[in-house]
Order: sequence, then C-alpha cells, then structure tokens
Amino acid sequence: MTSIVTTLDPQSRAARRGWSDLTIRNAFVIPTVAFLIIFNIFPLLYSLGFSFTDFRASTNKPINFVGLKNYVDILADPVIWRTFSTTLWYVIVSVAGQFFVGFGLALLLNRPIPFRGFVTTLLLLPMMLSPVVVGLFWKLIYDPSWGPLNYALGLGTVQWLTDSHLALYAVAITDIWMWAPFVMLLSLAGLSAVPKHLYEAAAIDRAGKLYTFFRITLPLVAPILLIAVIFRTMEAFKTFDVAYIMTGQPAAELISSRLYKLAFQQWQTGPSSALAYIILIMVLCITNIYIKYLNRVKER
Amino acid sequence: MAAVQTRSERLGNRLAIAAVVAATLIFLAPIYWITSTAFKPLVLATSVPPTIVFEPQITPFVKLFLKRAQLTEPVSQEVYDAAPWWEKLVLDGGERLSRDANGQVQSSPYPSRFLNSLIIAITSTILAVSMGTITAYGFSRFKVKGEADLLFFILSTRMLPPVVIAIPMYLMYRAVGLNDTHLGLILLYTAFNVSFAVWLMKGFIDEIPKEYEEAALVDGYTRMQAFFRIVLPEAATGIAATAVFCFITAWNEYAFALILTNRRAQTAPPFIPSQVGTGLQDWTVIAAGTVLFLLPVAIFTFLLRNHLLRGMSFGAIRK
Repeated sequence: MTSIVTTLDPQSRAARRGWSDLTIRNAFVIPTVAFLIIFNIFPLLYSLGFSFTDFRASTNKPINFVGLKNYVDILADPVIWRTFSTTLWYVIVSVAGQFFVGFGLALLLNRPIPFRGFVTTLLLLPMMLSPVVVGLFWKLIYDPSWGPLNYALGLGTVQWLTDSHLALYAVAITDIWMWAPFVMLLSLAGLSAVPKHLYEAAAIDRAGKLYTFFRITLPLVAPILLIAVIFRTMEAFKTFDVAYIMTGQPAAELISSRLYKLAFQQWQTGPSSALAYIILIMVLCITNIYIKYLNRVKER
Repeated sequence: MAAVQTRSERLGNRLAIAAVVAATLIFLAPIYWITSTAFKPLVLATSVPPTIVFEPQITPFVKLFLKRAQLTEPVSQEVYDAAPWWEKLVLDGGERLSRDANGQVQSSPYPSRFLNSLIIAITSTILAVSMGTITAYGFSRFKVKGEADLLFFILSTRMLPPVVIAIPMYLMYRAVGLNDTHLGLILLYTAFNVSFAVWLMKGFIDEIPKEYEEAALVDGYTRMQAFFRIVLPEAATGIAATAVFCFITAWNEYAFALILTNRRAQTAPPFIPSQVGTGLQDWTVIAAGTVLFLLPVAIFTFLLRNHLLRGMSFGAIRK
C-alpha cells in the first residue's frame, strides 16, 4: 500500500496530468461507434442509393436512376414470394424443433444424472461448429446411396436433399441438430433458477407432476425460453451457409440464398440492394423486439 | 435432493438417464462420422453398408497437406523403396506427389488457407476485444448521452444478415482494393465482433465494484492507471471468454469470406466445400481438413463451458 502512495501521490504531476473522465469516455466510446458507422451504416447508405438504380457491378454501363422500380419488381416477383414463404416455413419448423428438442433435453438434464456437466458440454458441441462444415458433412450423411442415415433407418435410397418435398426438412433437421443445444443451454439456466421451495410447497400440497410443471416450472422458465425462441427466429430467418451448402433444390431456397444469387451470380446489383433493404427492415423489426425483451429480462 | 426416493422416482430417473444416453449418442453421431471418415481408407469412406469399425490410418492427413496427381503408370520398385513413408502412403493410393521444376514436393492449398484463417481470426479477435473492452468500460462507468440507443445500435449491427452487408461491402472493397486481402476480412470481422464484445464486456465490467477504482483514485491513481491496473486484471476472465467467442465467430464465418475473398486471403470455410465436386471426390481428405479445422473450436468449447451461456445470450443471462 505504501509503495502505491509514494509512487502515485495525488499531487504528483502524473496524477494531475491524467486525462479527465470526459476525455476518457470520449476516447473509449467514440472510436468504436465511428468504426461501426463506417462498417455498417455507410455501406447501407451506399446500397440504399443503388437500390434505386439499374446498376450491375459486373459491367461498366452507365447507371440509371429507376426510382422505385426495383422494389415494385421484387414485390411482384413470384419467385421472391416463394422464397419468403419457404423461409417462413423453414423458420417455423426449425425453431419449433429446436424448442422441443432443446427444452426436452434440458428437462432431462435438470435431474440428478451422473456426469451431468460433461454430458451437457458434449451436447453443446454442435452449435460451436462452423455451419458450412456442418452443412457439408450432413450432405454426406444424407447421401441417398451410401449415406449412413438411410442405412441406419433402413430407408433405402431416400433423396433427402434433391426431393422438392424433403430438402427443406432435411436442412431444418440439420439446423435443429446444431441449435437445439442453444435452447437447451438457456432452458437449463432458467430451470436451475426456479426456487426449490416452490417445488417443496407443491409437494406438500400434493400437487400432481403435470400441475407442478404447468403452474410452476413453465411460467418461471417462460421468459428465458422466449429469449431463446426470438433469438433463434432471428438467426433462422438469416440462414445462409447451411442451406446454401446443402441443397440447390429450388423448393428449399431461402431468402438469403436468393439474395446471394441475385447479387453475386446474376450481378443484379440494383435489384439485389432493394431486396437487401426489404430483408433488413424485417430483421430490424425482430431485433427490436428481441433487444427490448432482453433488456426487460436483464433488469429483473 | 431428497435422500429417500420412491420407487417411481427411481424408475423415472433411470428412464431419464437412458434418454440422455440415447440423445447424446444421436447428437454425437454426426461428429463421430466426420472424425472417423478422416481416418478411413478411401474405399471405406463411401462403402455400403457404412463402415463403423475399421483400422484407423493417417493417410488422409498426409494427402491433405500435399499436392497430388493421378498415377498414370505404376512406379518402379526402386522408386517406391526410395520414397519416404509418407510418399509411400500416397503411392499406395494410386496417386503420385506433384513436384515443382526443382523436384521439390508441392503442398496443397490447404495449409495456406488454414494459415489465412488463423491470421484473420486472431488479428480481428485482438482488435475487437481491445475496442470492445474500452468501449464497454466507457458505457459502464460514465454517463453517455443516449446510452440505450447507442447500445441498441451497436447490437443491431451484429444482427444484420451478412449477405445484406456484403453487397455494398464488396463494391466498396473493390473500389479501395481491399477485396481478397487479409486486411479487408480482418476489418470486417472486427466490426462484426466488436458489437458482441461491447455487450459481453459491459456485463463483466458492470460486475466489478466501482469502489475498487474509487479507492485507487483516492490513492492517487489516475483514471487510466486505475483502468489498466485495477479493472483490466479483474476483468481478465471475461476478456478471455469474450476473446474465445470472437475467435470462434471469425474462425467459422463463411458468407463474407465466400464473397470477399477468392485466393490470396481465402479462409478455410469457403475453401473446404470448394473441394467437393472437383473431379474425383476424396471424402477422407475433406474430412481430414475438416477435423483439423474443427479441433480448435472443440477445445475452446470445453475450456469455455462455464461461460457459454453468458456468451450466447450476449451477456444477458449470468450464472
């Protein structure tokens, strides 16, 4: 203690010369915010401009202002509507699957089970892996002629990824495998936070198992479950890598893949910027709900 | 837990254990499949029925690092005998090593892609965590005008779909010559991760009592000294956890890397699938590359297990 006092006497020049709190605050906060503006807001303004033009990044043709034409074209394009509804259905299937599998696993793991911590960690592994590698290897697992899945289930040669009815579900199953552990992780936190005395009180009142579950467990875990669901909804809506790698089946085309093809394979820079904006607004709406909710849970 | 268990409770527990074991096996099966394929002889990789038990070999890993070509005619016995063990493994598979004009063995593109991934992920992690930590400190300890809105803005930048941002990014990078450069991806991943780092670090710094710094200020520390000597050491665990999360995100990222790089600065995620569909498919080699690529993430997951919850919920849920 004495050494600190002697080296850093309040009257020393070092102490007086130190930055003021205001300077420190500005130096700590402003660069990051500026950096994020340059890398997020500026590009978005840039593409907002292009969304009103017929610009194609692959050619040097002069750029023409076309007004709202790109937006009108996109909203009138049946292919875009199909990919939107495919995406919506994909989000519903995959988030519902993640919810039930994840919450189910959490309920199981909330019991006194040997090696609980170790098993939990093992189960969390899928969500940390690279989506593109996961997609690639599920492609191998789904292979109709020599993939282990068809063999293990005795299904013969089911064309998981090329069948127009199955492809979307095949991708959703992979997504569920990858992200159910996320719901499980959050659910476990919620379950462990339920006060034990509530269960004891329920037991004294001779409340049934189902009654206890629906009246005590579920209401108390609900806020955290909702966080998991909104977050996964947001992420599932953006899905690109897994689906793009796994299948080229048009019936399973998600909106992000459509956008990628429009922008970087057909080089329709103007229209793709317009589509990007439509997607952006939808994502911001879900994000807004998510963050509001996150803050509410945080304050409790 | 109650010391006395009723019979139905014990039965329930046994069923739960059986269900957990079954679920764990199902969840790990795909990972086992990737890993085992990386050690299989080529003929067993796509055998029907699938091979589960086999004699593991490291040939796929040898092939992974070397540039190879199909053998047109068998090599003579003398050449074969003179070859080192790793070349023999390649020759046994009906392939020969590709050599440059000086007779030097050429390496496959994999090591350079792996190195790119390392350089880009590590540099962007250092940048994102440093910026994230000081910004989180600013938000945590000082009044910032419109703090809630700024924090919302910071988080929302992370939520944008990558392809949406990639369109203008591609054009801007093309204009300034940052396409297919390490710097380009580093900056982008830093921007992507810094928002996450701010949110996570703010949670960690909020937990460090303000009194520690105040005591230091009374002792004559300047605010900066207090930050570096009191706050940073206290936040070390949080910084480490945040760094691992940022590293994994940058390491696994695919969409930006696919769009903004093609050769020089290409990382492993766009490279690994690009090997599929180019002529003869050797899944064992692809699996070997994948296993090496997944290894750091698997190790980090175990090191990070107690912080996963916090990281995954952007610091909202603590335990």
